[in-house]
Amino acid sequence: MSTSIQKSNLWHQKRRRLIDNIARYGIGFGGLSVIMAIVLIFFYLLWVVLPIFSSAEVHTNDSYIASSLESGNTILIVPEESGKLAMRLTNDAKAVFFEQSNGKTLKVIDLELPSDEAVVDAQLVGLTENIFALRLGDDQIFFIKLSYRVSFKGDERVLTPRIEYPFEESFLSFDNSIKTYSATLDEEKLTVSVMQQDHIIKLYRYEVEEGDELPDAETVTEVESQTSVDYMLLDAQALWLYLANKQGEVSVFNIIDIEAVELVSQTKILPPNEELSELKLLIGGSSLLSADQHGDFSQWSIQRDQSNNYFLNRIRGFKNDNKIIKIQTEYRRKGVLLLDSAGKLIIYHTTADNVIAEHQLIDSSVKHFALSARANVLIVEDEQQQISITKIVNEHPELSWNALWDEVVYEGYSEPDYIWQSSSADNDFEPKFSLVPLAFGTIKAAFYAMLFAAPLAIMGAIYTAYFMSAGMRSWVKPGIEIMEALPTVILGFLAGLWLAPVVESNLTGIISILLILPPGILLFAILWQSLPKQIHYRIPDGFQAALLMPVIAGLVWFAIAMGPVIEHLFFGGSLISWMENEFGIGYDQRNSLVVGIAMGMAVIPTIFSITEDAIFSVPRYLTQGSLALGATPWQTLTRVVLLTASPGIFSAVMIGVGRAVGETMIVLMATGNTPVMDFSIFEGMRTLSANVAVELPESEIDSSHYRILFLAALVLFVVTFIFNTAAEIVRQRLRKQYGSL
Amino acid sequence: MIDNFKNWFKSGTPWIWLNAGAVSISLLLVIGILGMIMVRGMGHFWIADVYNMQYDEGDGNPRVVIGEFVESAEVPDELYKEVEGKNKPAGLEKVERWLIKSGNRDQASADFQWIYAHNIQKQTAPDNLIKLERLEWGNFYGYLNDVQENEKVVASSEHAWDELNTRFHRVLEIREKLEVLEKNKIGSINYGLERLRLQKRKLELEKEDTPDNLNKIKAEAQAFNNEYDILIKELTILRNEISRDSANFTISSGKVVNIPLKLMVSIIKPNELSTLSKLGHYILNFYNFIFDDPREANTEGGVFPAIFGTVMMVILMSILVTPFGVIAALYLREYAKQGAVIRIIRIAVNNLAGVPSIVYGVFGLGFFVYFLGGNIDQLFYPEALPAPTFGTPGLIWASLTLALLTVPVVIVSTEEGLARIPRNLREGSLALGATKIETLWYVVLPMTSPAIMTGLILAVARAAGEVAPLMLVGVVKLAPQLPLDDNFPFLHMDRKFMHLGFHIFDVGFQSPNVEAARPLVYATAFLLVLVIVLLNLSAIMLRNRLREKYKALDA
Repeated sequence: MSTSIQKSNLWHQKRRRLIDNIARYGIGFGGLSVIMAIVLIFFYLLWVVLPIFSSAEVHTNDSYIASSLESGNTILIVPEESGKLAMRLTNDAKAVFFEQSNGKTLKVIDLELPSDEAVVDAQLVGLTENIFALRLGDDQIFFIKLSYRVSFKGDERVLTPRIEYPFEESFLSFDNSIKTYSATLDEEKLTVSVMQQDHIIKLYRYEVEEGDELPDAETVTEVESQTSVDYMLLDAQALWLYLANKQGEVSVFNIIDIEAVELVSQTKILPPNEELSELKLLIGGSSLLSADQHGDFSQWSIQRDQSNNYFLNRIRGFKNDNKIIKIQTEYRRKGVLLLDSAGKLIIYHTTADNVIAEHQLIDSSVKHFALSARANVLIVEDEQQQISITKIVNEHPELSWNALWDEVVYEGYSEPDYIWQSSSADNDFEPKFSLVPLAFGTIKAAFYAMLFAAPLAIMGAIYTAYFMSAGMRSWVKPGIEIMEALPTVILGFLAGLWLAPVVESNLTGIISILLILPPGILLFAILWQSLPKQIHYRIPDGFQAALLMPVIAGLVWFAIAMGPVIEHLFFGGSLISWMENEFGIGYDQRNSLVVGIAMGMAVIPTIFSITEDAIFSVPRYLTQGSLALGATPWQTLTRVVLLTASPGIFSAVMIGVGRAVGETMIVLMATGNTPVMDFSIFEGMRTLSANVAVELPESEIDSSHYRILFLAALVLFVVTFIFNTAAEIVRQRLRKQYGSL
Repeated sequence: MIDNFKNWFKSGTPWIWLNAGAVSISLLLVIGILGMIMVRGMGHFWIADVYNMQYDEGDGNPRVVIGEFVESAEVPDELYKEVEGKNKPAGLEKVERWLIKSGNRDQASADFQWIYAHNIQKQTAPDNLIKLERLEWGNFYGYLNDVQENEKVVASSEHAWDELNTRFHRVLEIREKLEVLEKNKIGSINYGLERLRLQKRKLELEKEDTPDNLNKIKAEAQAFNNEYDILIKELTILRNEISRDSANFTISSGKVVNIPLKLMVSIIKPNELSTLSKLGHYILNFYNFIFDDPREANTEGGVFPAIFGTVMMVILMSILVTPFGVIAALYLREYAKQGAVIRIIRIAVNNLAGVPSIVYGVFGLGFFVYFLGGNIDQLFYPEALPAPTFGTPGLIWASLTLALLTVPVVIVSTEEGLARIPRNLREGSLALGATKIETLWYVVLPMTSPAIMTGLILAVARAAGEVAPLMLVGVVKLAPQLPLDDNFPFLHMDRKFMHLGFHIFDVGFQSPNVEAARPLVYATAFLLVLVIVLLNLSAIMLRNRLREKYKALDA
């Protein structure tokens, strides 16, 4: 009997110990995992951001002899973008499709050409549709279209290549043999520029429709070049025609209106005795890329000067050790692949002004150099018909430290500038990812908020902690602190929909409140103390704040009411238009003043509460000692209390700044969210946080834009974390100090 | 008397007054904001008088303006001259402009208009003026002519009003039936059919699409479709029923407008109402505001889905945040070895409360939605792909994100509570032979519970007011379904939801008709402030009670 009790007791003890242990490890594990989860935030953000700064990877893996695969000389190579297949167009009118990995021929399509002439050359004319122009013989241009049909065999993607004839059997035929030509197809507008005799270029415009035969040319314009022509470049939308010769004399024609072609600029882009080795157009058509015999590579942007004349402006470039012999632009980004005479491949991005990767590609000389649309596969054929495949992993070429934080000369801009312009309708647009305007906006918003909040909150806290009567303090403190819980969306909504219009229509009044309040309060103080003693002894010290409330309300009302009068007298009826006329100061309805006030209100309770605590916890015997030695309360405050509490006030301000920097909803609602770099209090701004809130839902996952927004979040995280940590350390030290006093 | 200004300044008294002024300004700001939200928010539900104004701008084109007075503004003389091209009328001290809500957006282009007060010749508030709230086109003001059934007049002149009321009640009843039919029953069928489609796809993916299984699904789908056919018939009958009646009204321009009763939401004669019945309508309006669905791109109607969504999210968040917060606090305070590392962790946890909420939103979108959600979809919901199930913003991710956002609040508060428990209580328990967990569970935690509650309430208050992160992880302007309904599994954590705070942002800044929606935004803001202030007050009261309690223990 007793053993069974003992046994059950023993079992019971064991169970208790087991539970205790389980709890110990369970809580340890749980606690640590919560802490890990918190740490995870930082590392996850970092993990998303890091690829921005990684450079490109280039691998040349596969190479094989082209001629062993199929007869004919290569005219053009077109890699398929998923990296599986590629097309090789040969001079005997065959489209040979082979696998990129092993060069195995998959399919050969005999082109149905309208004539027996050999294929002389080929060029891409319609990027989105994959339409190519083939020159047949001397004087004919024919069009083919390449497409792949995707089907699934089980889980495997199967690509079936197809060659179509967008304009049936029709072709363009010219009366004389063609020396150089260039063609571009933009939706239903086919533009062809042809040089048949030196200096004379004819521009043809056709209205075409896929599936129909080519019509006669709608317009033919003749352009005469004053210089010889070695390069003839048309942009994808047929807005510009660039003519250039080896000596670097470039003529730019505006062909937007093809019936009134206009020579807008003539520039020599090379020093004397220098020769061009390659000239290409960057995607978008408003930049020329040039390379000369000595390895100088430059980007020239077409832009206007003050008197509205176009000129070519060299906006960036670099010098390579060897001559650059090939320039290949990417089809969807502002990136460039360069090949120099030593066979080195250089991957460069124009906006970022960044050489992303260098790679020894080939030792012999190159005949064909073809890039896939996604810029991930490069196919090179050399003189020995050796084909090699190079895979490129280059996800974020447009991002570099320079592009994010430095001034950049963008296409069409004459000066380097900080610009944030992330969204774009098409690939021609140059994304402008400067974080500077956003960081500037963040600092600006926080600055004006602190300008409004810090004095009010600190002064208020001084009075509340040191002068206010205890009874009133027990109401005032929670009263102001409750504002901290007020959702910022409400403050933002009031600021945007109520305060902004009120400020706009009462600007003079609002500004005069600033000027009228301090003297008004002092005047009241003098009046009050001049009152007979019976009256003002009835209300003891420490109730000034209550007394002042109606006074301040009255003063504010007075200032607002006087606003129109002052405007009428001094500013011709409207301060806003007066500022605009006299000083050129613009006025946004949702501006920094409104944001400063609204965000200030969000920050006041934070600063107030911490400052008040710091001042209130200054030991009484310090102040009493000072007072006993004959100091006035004010002297005691400034020389004893504030000195002792200053670290606490500092940490309050730091935490306030941290809050203002990260605040999202107020800025989102109370500013126009334009990323301007103007410190004027009457202009708006766009902050990092608001930018993230606006753009992240629409950004494509893992794109450059997406990662930059994560970077913005990471910056916010780190900055506020530093501010808060500084504040916390100061506060802890302060606590220790008081402990020793 | 102040004898010597120099001494007065030297003594610092002016500075004290200025500091006092700062407190007063802060207090005035608090009172001003809360007061304004309260007045404007609650004013939204009051039934204002509707005026009939003879209006003549002196251009020989007198007209009648019918509507509610919204606000007045003074026009500076220069502006008046600039806009009107003439000096202000003689004998007028200042020009006043009135904003009138004249409704009838389907007839006039806008439902608000500014008029000059001095041009109003005569202003009356006739008893027979009728105000309609409608399902579309906003409010309507006019005089009732007659009531029609199938385009035949059944009542006119003085009988019309009573007839309209009776028939309107009939419409309300039918509408209720329709709602049950459309939303609940047909909604269930659609939900069921979608589930079957997914089941079928799942079978295909798992290569178990045997004829047997497929037939089962087909049979079920057939049952749903049969049910649907029956319901559709019922629906058609009800829709015909509800379209039976209409009424003719004369509007301010003198035009007669026919309005079907099925479009009406409420009908009143505002000027006829006594103050008491206005009060009744006030309460009714408030009730409708809370329990109705929004209409007209959220600018009218109620905010029920937003309240529901906010509450659901906050509840889920509380369920997540409390255990984790408490466990982390227990670990930090009771189990971990106190040292430099723990001190650093504590500072870090403290600081996380100050990290901008948008950062949590970014993390939530990247990690929870795209990473976790994406993987969950791959593993458990391949049948729905490429349409995401959990790989898209939704209720669960919003709750998780906010739980992460508020966990520091709970940790800090719980730790504070744990620190306040006197040592001797623990030691007493341990001395009696209790294990550590028993001491914690039976002695310490019960005494800490108010602190945990305080932390939780503060967390809830913060979560309820947060908007920025939610915009990224699950809140939408209009959610077609509530996250909780009678379709299995009842709680749909993958659904997107509406939220009061986002509602304010959306209606106030992204709606096509901000002016009309403004009162509603104020009302919503008032509701949100009310909830949050109450939560905070209760947290403060709990904290005070806690302090009192342990003062006694210390002694």
